[in-house]
Formats: sequence, C-alpha cells, structure tokens
Amino acid sequence: MADLRNNFVGIKSPNPFWLASAPPTDKAYNVERAFKAGWGGVVWKTLGEEGPPVVNVNGPRYGAIWGADRRLLGLNNIELITDRDLYTNLREMKQVKMNWPDRALIASIMVPCDENAWKAILPLVEETGADGIELNFGCPHGMSERGMGAAVGQVPEYIEMVVRWCKQYTRMPVITKLTPNITDIRKPARAAKSGGTDAVSLINTINSITSVNLDTFSPEPSIDGKGSHGGYCGPAVKPIALNMVAEIARDPETYGLPISGIGGITTWRDAAEFLVLGAGNVQVCTAAMTYGFKIVQEMITGLSSWMDAKGHRSLDDICGRAVPNVSDWQYLNLNYVAKARIDQDACIKCGRCHIACEDTSHQAITQYVDGIRHFEVMEDECVGCNLCVNVCPVQDCITMVGLEPGTLDERTGKVVDANYANWTTHPNNPMARQAAE
Amino acid sequence: MGTTETGIVSGRLSPAEYDRNFSDLHPSLDEHEALVASDRCYFCYDAPCMTACPTSIDIPLFIRQISTGNPIGSANTIFDQNILGGMCARVCPTETLCEQACVRNTAEHRPVEIGRLQRYATDIAMRDNVQFYERAEPTGKSIAVIGAGPAGLACAHRLAVKGHDVVIYDAREKAGGLNEYGIATYKTVDSFAQKEVDYVLSIGGIEIRNRQMLGRDFSLNDMLSKHDAVFLGLGLAGVNALRAEGETAAGVEDAVDFIAALRQSETKSDIPVGRRVVVLGGGMTAVDAAVQAKLLGAEEVTICYRRGKDNMNASEFEQDLAASKGVTIRHWLQPKRILTRDGKVAGIELDYTALEDGRLVTTGETGVITADHVLKAIGQTFEADDLGAIALQCGRIVVDAEGHTSLERVWAGGDCVLGGEDLTVSAVAMGRDAAESINRALAAATQPVVAVA
Repeated sequence: MADLRNNFVGIKSPNPFWLASAPPTDKAYNVERAFKAGWGGVVWKTLGEEGPPVVNVNGPRYGAIWGADRRLLGLNNIELITDRDLYTNLREMKQVKMNWPDRALIASIMVPCDENAWKAILPLVEETGADGIELNFGCPHGMSERGMGAAVGQVPEYIEMVVRWCKQYTRMPVITKLTPNITDIRKPARAAKSGGTDAVSLINTINSITSVNLDTFSPEPSIDGKGSHGGYCGPAVKPIALNMVAEIARDPETYGLPISGIGGITTWRDAAEFLVLGAGNVQVCTAAMTYGFKIVQEMITGLSSWMDAKGHRSLDDICGRAVPNVSDWQYLNLNYVAKARIDQDACIKCGRCHIACEDTSHQAITQYVDGIRHFEVMEDECVGCNLCVNVCPVQDCITMVGLEPGTLDERTGKVVDANYANWTTHPNNPMARQAAE
Repeated sequence: MGTTETGIVSGRLSPAEYDRNFSDLHPSLDEHEALVASDRCYFCYDAPCMTACPTSIDIPLFIRQISTGNPIGSANTIFDQNILGGMCARVCPTETLCEQACVRNTAEHRPVEIGRLQRYATDIAMRDNVQFYERAEPTGKSIAVIGAGPAGLACAHRLAVKGHDVVIYDAREKAGGLNEYGIATYKTVDSFAQKEVDYVLSIGGIEIRNRQMLGRDFSLNDMLSKHDAVFLGLGLAGVNALRAEGETAAGVEDAVDFIAALRQSETKSDIPVGRRVVVLGGGMTAVDAAVQAKLLGAEEVTICYRRGKDNMNASEFEQDLAASKGVTIRHWLQPKRILTRDGKVAGIELDYTALEDGRLVTTGETGVITADHVLKAIGQTFEADDLGAIALQCGRIVVDAEGHTSLERVWAGGDCVLGGEDLTVSAVAMGRDAAESINRALAAATQPVVAVA
C-alpha cells in the first residue's frame, strides 16, 4: 500500500486531503464529522477580529452552473467569513484538536491590515493548539470591500507586510492563501515568499456571476431582486487553478515554495494532478458540499490504487513530477507531428467529430465512405488539433497518435524529423532571423 | 362474472380493474424525467434517428430544445415536419425507427427515449393550445381530401397553411381514421385522437363532412367537378377472409371491429370477450386485439401465427408487451377449421406448418385449441371500387414520388397506396408531401404570364 502520510511545512496529517476554509469547516459539529469520514486535515473557516461578528445575507448565498444530468460544475458564493463569535470558534478548535491529535487543524485568519490587529489575534489562535495559520488574502466578495481578503491579496506589498507581521508574532507555520483575481499569480506568490511565508495555498474563488434570472433580470443568487458577484469554485475552475499552481511551481523565484493546491478538486485524479504539478497537499470544498464528506474515501483509495499500480510509494515520489514538463509555448517541439485516429470498433457514428472538424476546423474527417456513414481521419488534412478527441462522446474512441520520425506527414509532404526544434530557432520567427544575422 | 365464465360476455371485471387495465401504457414524462432523458442525446450530426423517421423530424434539435427548457420551441420543430407528432409519439414503433437508429444503442444498448420526449413536448404545446401556423393569403382554390385519417389530416393541414380551402369527406362518425378506430386504447387515452383532430383543424380553412362515403354518397367525378384537386387517403376498408369452414359461426370476429368497438367504449365493461380467445395473425393488429382481450378479462388468449417469430410484423416490443400481459404466442400454426357447437365457436383446428424450399407448407399434423372467441387479424385490403380508371398495382393505388396518381388532379397517400407501410407516421409523410405537390401544381397552373422584354 502506498504511504499517503503528508508532511506539509511540518504539519502532519494521515493523508494529503484537507478541507478548505469554507462553510463545511465553520464549527466543531461539521469538522468532527469530516474527521470521522477520514479527512486528513481541516482549515477552519476564516476567523475575524474580536468583537461583533460579521453578518451574512439572509437570502440565498450560492449560485451554480450545471452540466448534463444537472451535475454541479461550478458554484459561487457570497458568504462571508465566520459569522460566529471568535471565542466560540477558538474554544471549539481547541476541543477538536484535542479530540483528533493526528489530524491537521489550521486556522484561517482575516483581520484588518493593521499590525496590532494581527498581533492581537495570533496568540489567541496559537493557544488552541492549531497546527498553523492560513492568511485569507483571497476572499473576493464583501470582505474585500472593507479592505481585507482579496483587497490585500491584489497588492503584493500588503501581502509581504502582513506575512512579515505573522512570522514575527507567531511560531506557527504561515500559509498565505492567494486570490486568482489578479493578472500574474507569480507576483503575490513572490511577495509572500519575501515576507517569509512557509507556504502558499491557491486558488481562492474567482469573481463571478453564475447566471441571471430572465424573469426578474436579477443576477443569481438573488437577494431581493439584486445580486452581487460571488466567489466561483468547483470543477469548472480546476484548469485555472492548475495553471496558477504550475506557474508558481516553475517560477525560479518561488521554486520549491510549498504549495497547498485548491480549486475544483473532485476526484483522486484531480488531486493527483495538483500534486504532480507541484502541490504538497490539496484542499477540497465544493466536492464535499456537493456530495458530503464521504467522497474523501474515493480520493484516498483512488490515489492509493494509482500509486500502487505505478510503483509510487509515498507522496514525495509524485509531488512536482509534472513541473519540468510545463513549458513556455516557444519551447514546444515543432517537429512533433500527431494525427487523430478513430477506432472504428468503438465509434458509435454520432458524427460529432466530423461536424466539428468540417464546420469549425480543418475538414479532415469523412462523413461517408463509399456511400456508407463512416468517420475517418484524412491524414493529408489533419493538423492534429485534438478537437475531435475532445468532442467525441466515447472515451478513447479517437486518440492522437504521434508519427514516427522518418515517416511522411501527408499534410505537409515532409518527413518527420527526429530532432527537436522550437519557435526560437524557426526560420519564420523574426527574432530568430535577427539573431542569425 | 369473472374470467372463468365460458362464452362471450361483457363485464368480466370490476370498474376499477377496467380503469387500471386501460390506462396510459407509457404515461407522459414529467419535467424532471424529460430533462434527464434529453441529456442523453448527443446532438448527432446528420443524425441517424432523423434519417430513420419517415417524416424526418429534426430529432436532435427538438431534444436539445427540451433540454434547454424550451418545450414549446421543441413542439414547433416536431410539428413543422409532422402535425400529428402527438399521436406518432404514442403509436410509432420507435424501436424499429428512430430509437433503433439511435447511436446510444451501439455502446449502451439503450437508446434515447425519443418517442416519449416527443410526447412530452407536443403534449405541452397542445395542452396550452399553442398555435404555430397561420394561413397564407387565400388562394381561392379548393381541395377535396377523402378520408380523415393521418394521411388526410396531414394533407389538409399543409394545404390550409398554404392558403387553400379544404373539405374533408370521411365515411365514419368521427374523424381520425385509424387514430380514432384502429389503435389500442392504452396507447391513446383521454380522447387524444379527437383532441388532435381539433388541434389540426384550428388552423382554419378545413371543413370536415362526416358520414360521407365515396361510392355511396359521392363519386370521384363529383369531387373533381367541385374541387380543384383531390387527395385520396382512403385507408384499408376491407379485411381478408379466412376461407375456412365455420368462419361464419357466432364468436368469429374481425379484430379491427373489436379494436374499434373498444376505442368507442367509455367504460370497456360493455365490450364482450370470450373466456378462451384465439387471435389469428402476426401483426400489430393481432397484438392489439390479443392484449386488449386479455385486459378485458379473458382467461386465456393465444395468438396463432402461421410462420415463425422472425416473420411477425408485430415489433419485438409489441410481442414482449403481449407476453407480459399473459398472452401466449404460438408460431407455425395455420387455421384449418373453426369448430362449432350450437352454431357458436367451440374451438379451432390448426395445421402445423413448416418452410419447405422457402414455401410455407402444412406438415399433415393438426392440433385443436379450445376457444369461444376467435379474432381474425389476417390483414386488411384496399377496396378500389368507385375509383374509375385509376392505376392500381397489387390492389393498391400507384403514385409517383410526390403522391400523384395516374389521374389528373388526383393525389393519394397512406395505407391505400402501393408502398404504404401501414404506419401512421408514413401516412403523415405522404399526406404532407402530397399537399406540397398539390400546392406546386396549383401555383404553376395560375402562374401569371410575364412579358419578356
């Protein structure tokens, strides 16, 4: 059996699956249930400063988009940080940590951008026995209007400043949670690193309007006829999150900085992808909110089975394995040639590959052959774009097959070159021409 | 009463049992079911289901419209090709048409429920009486449609859309043809056939004259003198004779009459049925009659068909339905003689049959099945009297690709033409296409002469 034990910046947990700071981690009742279900750790829902707690709207907090069969693909929310009293949360955190000493318990914190505010709350949190803190610089709605959350996360200088305070006033490991609502994710990551953060976690939710009610013309979720942008999460955001994680993992300035991966993780496969792209562990929320805490069992067994099948013994064997393969476009091998191949035994003859190629791409797939409905790739037209693979409803019916060096590419009339060659040296690249001259 | 009383009697069951037995076979999908079912459609390009549909309904489009919460738009897509899409959704043998062609069969052996989705959309539009068509400017032309069955109604509707005036002459009490008289009750409950006729007629410009029979009340020449064109959607008025001893005994009945009487009965408790029923034939009519005999409370119902299972015209689905209702289907048995006692049916003697060099022969062995009620479903015939010199082949009217007969200004479609498939949906297609042809012919005849400079 693969060893799934996780050590993330010194915080130990029996597996790399943590619940992200969010509604599922707002109180002891939920967190106890999560630990019973098998979650390795929990980032407690964000604590605010002492005093009257924030208030939430009393109408709907969530909006959504769905795929076929009403599968939830994307969720957004306009809920704020915890609306419970600070001391109630701290008391419950302490009790839960005592009950579950082998699980990770992290406190998410968001207080005003003022040194004294951070100085005040950190000892209170430390007293609970929490394993670490996560700085919520990501929340894109409500709190950001009050100068917190994403309002801090969008200004690298503020991030660096707050991280520095935290490192100064607590012995606990500091995880800085980043907002994706920014042009270049590397900037806030670098700032967090400069401030001395132990790790970053990302992504927080994305500014979004999920839908508009066409009867009332109100954005959803609608509060008395009005809507506000909310934080978008769920399977739909995974590709955005993966890219941002990879950007930080391969940036020379942040290389090696521990990352807790977040964003649409729904299955073991999603989790494994984050891990191999450089995350040291993962955080999950929407999948649990959609299906309940039990899904962690699928994640644990799935990751374990895959690791066993591939001979990976521990998380260290897989973390970051895909990072060297993330490249800038200009370094991709332009001599690599692939063609789509349709498995005629698997083909159900829906014609979607044909019409996608015919209407919107390269006219490289037949509809009829000898008068019979038959879908086949014309290699002399196929540019290998992969669209047909993506629109085909049958998995593995269409695959991309790389041409062996030395074989003829019927489209270009050229023999496939075994040598690697990229855009930087391509004769059509004006920059390359200048260099040659 | 009950199921064990010998003889042909009515009221074998309690009113509640009749209600249950003759309720909707496939109730309409609700919204959630329709959304789940529609999600399974792949929106195929040049979809095989569409090719398999005799009326070429754009099935991927109408299903996508359902899945996006637009059932009214979906119904419009359906009615554009098939104004009787509501009935076809109920009675089409989808398992041998669109649903057989569905690509979902290839990988999953379970097609998209096209028929039930079609019913979902059309039911909503008809319930809300949404009208999709307006008549074009009046053309001043008048067309006689003879027969108010699926072919005639489809033809009349399309002609009315084009601005022509239509008079439908129908021999029966009610319009609808086989939709009203020839389909098992559990496939079309709640007077749906009449509701559909009303929906089709609401376009305006169509007058129906009931109890008007060709040859009895008017002639084809009368029609040609009164109208600019004639469409014959006569259906099959005759039935094949058994040509076996005892055929005239009390208790031998044509299945089509049995089915028609059932459809016209409110409670079904007034429809008599035997204790032991034998149905002769292997088509849809045989199954409809046999299943309903069972549902009326017959103790034993046996379908006897003179060839094998593969030769049966009844679809696999219909055969399974019959079996599930407790009907026994026996193959390779051919009626030899009706056995009688006191002038009433007492049983039927049958020859065993076999194929010899591709020819059906009797083996010499015989058997007897006890029966007090024999229903004949051995095929219907076209009665071509009163059609003058119209060209016939194999006893049916010959038409060209557009439905035009050998006679000037006379078109035909549905079961009465050669190549008719005994399907409601094919009749609709032929009626619709004949209307387009009639419209083109009438327009060409009145084309103004344009001076060429």
